[in-house]
Amino acid sequence: MIQTFAFYLFAAVAILSGAMTVTSRNPVHSVLWLILAFFNAAGLMLLVGAEFIAMLLIIVYVGAVAVLFLFVVMMLDIDFAQMRAGFVRYFWIGLALAVALVAELFIAVGAWQAGAIDMANRIAPIDPAVPNIEALGRLLFSRYIYAFEVAGLILLVAMVGAIVLTHRQRGGVRKQNISDQISRRSKDATRNVKPPVGQGVEL
Amino acid sequence: MIGLNHYLVVSAILFTLGVLGIFANRKNLIVILMAIELILLAVNLNLVAFSAYLGDMVGQVFAMLVLTVAAGEAAIGLAILVIYFRGRGSIAVDDVNRMKG
Repeated sequence: MIQTFAFYLFAAVAILSGAMTVTSRNPVHSVLWLILAFFNAAGLMLLVGAEFIAMLLIIVYVGAVAVLFLFVVMMLDIDFAQMRAGFVRYFWIGLALAVALVAELFIAVGAWQAGAIDMANRIAPIDPAVPNIEALGRLLFSRYIYAFEVAGLILLVAMVGAIVLTHRQRGGVRKQNISDQISRRSKDATRNVKPPVGQGVEL
Repeated sequence: MIGLNHYLVVSAILFTLGVLGIFANRKNLIVILMAIELILLAVNLNLVAFSAYLGDMVGQVFAMLVLTVAAGEAAIGLAILVIYFRGRGSIAVDDVNRMKG
């Protein structure tokens, strides 16, 4: 009973906040609605017993991705009013396409006839005695170790790419060049001269 | 117990909302990126729901990989958005065809 109630609560708030994300006037409000949608989706995942993915969703999306979005929205100096131009015109076309798409999805699911699923061929059946995070870890570090490594590589490439893309060399700024400082030797920097009397040295 | 179909319906609606967001916000690349995040969230919900109702852990492994790719995609997308805004002073999608390679 409480599970049914929780499901409908989470589902309704997730869909509502998803709708507010795409229709909100202010991008900052959009990000905040997106965070609410992620929290409710995490609740939905918690209800079916995928605790680790639910917590990961909150940590990764709310903790990292949403904060990144907030930073970018607040950093860029954007005219919000000008950005809304044409919203109504495109909204109705988009709504018609969205209704068509959701109808297609429901028709496809309703017409789905692939026969029964072969339950004996499951790769990693869920054992109720093993905690979710332990089962996931065992699978991730044995059978899917290469996929896991590739995921790490993707994150590395994304990090390097984001840094390279946004890095900017400012002109006219004097910066410390550490390698020049370290490679400098005293024989390059000093001169031994013997100037004639009364003429001084040239600097 | 809630049936699998309930989860699939919620996921389909979230997916469609993401597609609607891409179409409706033609002037605002940031909201389009958020709509893509909504779509990936719907996919993750589908994977987790199938994993739970089939009793197979593999769906959750793939949900984690989708999460990783979504995080990387958001970082790269926002980086491109920042340099694009620096160069042109706007983030409207209609102007992007002037990037020319």
